[in-house]
Amino acid sequence: MSERREAGMSAAELVARAEAIKAEGLDALQAADGLNALADVERRFLGKASPLNEIREAIKTVDGSERAAVGKAVSAARAALEAAHEERREQLAAAAADAIPREVVDLTLPPRDYTRGHLHPVTRIWRELEDVFVGLGYKVAEGPEVELDWYNFEALNFPPGHPARAMQDTLYVKLGEAEQVLLRTHTSPVQVRVMESQPPPIYIVAPGRVYRRDTLDARHSPVFHQIEGLVVDRGITLGDLLGTIEAFIHALFGHDIQARFLPSFFPFTEPSVEFGMSCVFCRGGGCTVCSKTGWIELGGAGMVDPNVFTAVGIDPEEYTGFAFGFGIDRLVQLLYGVDHVKNIWDGDVRFAHQF
Amino acid sequence: MRALLSWIREFTPIEAAPADIADALNQLGLEVEAIDEPGRDINGVIVARILDVLPHPDADRIRLADVEFGDGELRVVCGAPNIEPGMVVPFARVGAVLPGDFKIERRKIRGIVSEGMLCSARELGLGDDHSGIVALPPNTPLGSDVREALGLDDVVFELAITPDRPDAMGITGIARELAAHFALPFTVEEHEPAPVVDVSGDSRVVVEATDRCPRFVGLVATVTMGESPAWMQRRLTLAGMRPISNVVDVTNYVMLERCRPLHAFDLGRLAGRGIVVRLARDGEKMTTLDDVERTLTPEDLLICDAERSPQAIAGIMGGAAAEVSNATTEILLESAYFEPFGIAKTAKRLGLRSEASARFERGIDPNGAGTGAARAMELFEQVAAAVPAAGAIDVYPQPTERPRITIRTARVNQLLGTALTDSQVADELRPLGVDVVDGVATAPTFRPDLEREIDLVEEVARRVGLSNITRTIPASPEKIGGLTPQQRDRRTASDVLVGAGYDEVFTLPLLAQADLVAHGDLTTGIVEVANPLRAEESILRPSLLPGLVRAAAHNAAHGLPDVALFEQGTVFGAPAEGDTLPREVHALGALRAGSVRRAPYEPDRGVSVHDAAAPLWALIDELRVAAFEIGPATASHVGFRRGCVAALTIDNGTVVGVIGELDTTPAACAFELDLDALCAATRLDRTFAPVSRFPASTIDLAFVVHTDVLAAELQSVLRATAPNLIEEVRLFDVFRSGTLGAHKVSLAFSMRFRAPDRTLTDDEVGRLRKQAIDAAMHAFPGAELRG
Repeated sequence: MSERREAGMSAAELVARAEAIKAEGLDALQAADGLNALADVERRFLGKASPLNEIREAIKTVDGSERAAVGKAVSAARAALEAAHEERREQLAAAAADAIPREVVDLTLPPRDYTRGHLHPVTRIWRELEDVFVGLGYKVAEGPEVELDWYNFEALNFPPGHPARAMQDTLYVKLGEAEQVLLRTHTSPVQVRVMESQPPPIYIVAPGRVYRRDTLDARHSPVFHQIEGLVVDRGITLGDLLGTIEAFIHALFGHDIQARFLPSFFPFTEPSVEFGMSCVFCRGGGCTVCSKTGWIELGGAGMVDPNVFTAVGIDPEEYTGFAFGFGIDRLVQLLYGVDHVKNIWDGDVRFAHQF
Repeated sequence: MRALLSWIREFTPIEAAPADIADALNQLGLEVEAIDEPGRDINGVIVARILDVLPHPDADRIRLADVEFGDGELRVVCGAPNIEPGMVVPFARVGAVLPGDFKIERRKIRGIVSEGMLCSARELGLGDDHSGIVALPPNTPLGSDVREALGLDDVVFELAITPDRPDAMGITGIARELAAHFALPFTVEEHEPAPVVDVSGDSRVVVEATDRCPRFVGLVATVTMGESPAWMQRRLTLAGMRPISNVVDVTNYVMLERCRPLHAFDLGRLAGRGIVVRLARDGEKMTTLDDVERTLTPEDLLICDAERSPQAIAGIMGGAAAEVSNATTEILLESAYFEPFGIAKTAKRLGLRSEASARFERGIDPNGAGTGAARAMELFEQVAAAVPAAGAIDVYPQPTERPRITIRTARVNQLLGTALTDSQVADELRPLGVDVVDGVATAPTFRPDLEREIDLVEEVARRVGLSNITRTIPASPEKIGGLTPQQRDRRTASDVLVGAGYDEVFTLPLLAQADLVAHGDLTTGIVEVANPLRAEESILRPSLLPGLVRAAAHNAAHGLPDVALFEQGTVFGAPAEGDTLPREVHALGALRAGSVRRAPYEPDRGVSVHDAAAPLWALIDELRVAAFEIGPATASHVGFRRGCVAALTIDNGTVVGVIGELDTTPAACAFELDLDALCAATRLDRTFAPVSRFPASTIDLAFVVHTDVLAAELQSVLRATAPNLIEEVRLFDVFRSGTLGAHKVSLAFSMRFRAPDRTLTDDEVGRLRKQAIDAAMHAFPGAELRG
């Protein structure tokens, strides 16, 4: 192609020549049977010394008015060849990749050095509850598991001999005077400790372990978990209590679950209520979980009794407040369908691995 | 408390459906645990009259009865001995259903077709009596549903009554609540108490312990013993009490109706025909109605005869000696008010809870003792042909006044978030028996729970209805929620352990003595439960390890020996000097047992203590504890294998825990630490130091040292030689061999040097290498550089 036969050709001849080169190039690209061969063809038809470049050189020799037509033909030919080259290159590259023999790795083998433990379901619900109340503006308070009678009963308006004490079978500890040191039967003593240690406003929840004189079986445990809530501020009403519990139930179970309140009795709150929600399983229709009532009982609550405020030196006329408490294990049993309390305590990894 | 709807209707004309009544009771705080409809299982049993009784041609014991039931006559075969012409009986026709889903079919009995069945009490589910066919009143309409005739169309609400509500332990109290709720009239016939006398008949009452027995009403009457009528037996049975005799049944009936526990003594068997109420002597004994001999204390109150012999434990249970029997002709009825706490204490100590004590414990109405006794006498006259002696003995030295309580409407609204007016508050309270005049409420004595303003606020809330209180959320700008740093750290600790493959477990914090033996150093300063239910749960755990070991054993016993477990929780120790409460430590424990899974890439291998250390170091890293060390054990750790235990220290050597291989079979490795103490250690700030962009130079050095030399010590010596230029010192090989010599170990470290501002020259690296070697040789005489 070095003979420069294009020199002296007419414009029409040059256009025809570009067409011919295009056709020849397309054939050559198609005929290339490997990436190396294709590179040769590319050099021949699209490289610096390609015949199309020579036609471009020859344009100078034709009449000015005809140059554009020749230039256009050359550009079209070049574009067609470039596109065809790219297409062919991809074909050949794919074929070449397929042709390489390789080892097949079995990715269904188990992962190497795999480690992942599991949080206890009580911890999961515990955290979820804390998070809901933190979102509502509460802090998380704590108190000792071994308590004085004063905090567990007396300051909570359970005088000695009060029948309500019989509702909670107490484990006493061999310390101090007889029956003065005990394993707390509820998380409510934390209320008293918080009120003793800080002035209102108080917005706290206190999750924790509590103890009763019970044997571990399908439905009972000598140890279980509760979460307590306490709010003390100016202008707190029973409506605030009901609204707060409703908010927590909605946060945990969804807005289509209803909160229900029934009057009840606890020595340290008045008015006292028992709260529950429409059954999360049957949505109120009645099933075995809710004993066909459509409602699931959750816990107790009420307005802080003025006697409790007086016991900790808060003026019950200036401040009002509410408190609530409910079992965490029970929620775990409900939400995860755990039917036997022993599962919570025996440390079986087959249990842990389900959460 | 089992409340019968028919009984409630005697006091208020309630027509609402049972489901609506149950809903109302719940809203009132009288929780409905179950609704029992006793006639639900009886279907198609009608009232019939026996026309004729004929012998069965082929049998002696069974007969044929022709019955009519309004619109027909049929013949049935019947084996009961008590049938006779004219008797009105329950007749289960073919197609009827009896309790137990027993369907009545036409069948041949000894060749004769029976068109149904006449029913005994047991067949109708009315009790155990199967001796004969139930005889209905002769005027019962024939063909009517037997459930109406027997009162089985009744509805029983089983209520859980809270300890503050004695009034709701009686039908009248429940009726009062429902009447108020449904705005219905409520009427209880007031029985005029008999005039007070000192001696009734020839009997006297002496109350020595007036603080424990503030009121004692005694009535005397002659009676004719027998069974109580069917209607009374039916009600008692439905209410859950066993009919006994007309006299006893009346006392129980009035107890259920009026919350008025009564006791009838056989006056003929009371020595001295009188009563003395006194405290028991220490160790005094008496046999109660249930034939159990009870040992008493001076805290127990006794009802004694005039010669001071105990005849009843007051308010709880009568004695066997003066129990009314078929031979009784004269009774002394006790209608007393006992101080509630005293009853509760005795009942609890004796483990003896009766229907009576459940009511006395809550505090019945002292002012209702007279009318209650009068109501009982009315019934005695009706069902036991009683003839009362003139007058009533009434020992009531200090009558209880109705309490007067100031109630401020503003306070009601402040607490409830309502906008009630004075008159609305008064209107809500009136149906409960609370009268409000000029802001002063007078509460009834049958509601001992109403003493303070707040008690009335609660009543208003119940009357308004909790579902009518607007639900709001406190809007204080001062409430900003959040976890404390310590609480966040505790969560972090669990998350790190979970990331390291450990499963969280909860183990019981109550241990057995035997659990501590395996951990011998735990037996001092332990905290014990005074009244454990089981010896296995008598000690408050001083460590998490016994529980974790037990959990691992549980898993191994179920074919899962390879476990990684952790627990966070409180452990207990003896109180600090001057404290009453035990020391509580928030501990973190982790245990790994069995094998570490490496297959299929490498063989599995047994767990080593270094596996247990991995999550610990991860936690130290995440918490950025500044000076944490696993050092030599400082105390004996009996639960661990000797030579494979180390103390965990922070800051200036403060011990916060222990790590090691447990002295258990199969082998397990564990650590336990005081998590709060660890979190309180000096922590590295999370601050940024520029990362050098110059290349690193790495050298390897292996030292042969005595086995007493700890790797961490050598490592820190190397590291200290050029802290600013050493990026990392990593132990990459530990080698022991006889060729090294006895008690020798080769420790090989890889040291990576890098300067912040330049590329280190070969000369510099050479100098750093020499410094490191010299420092090691100097610090550990006898150390050799391994070629």
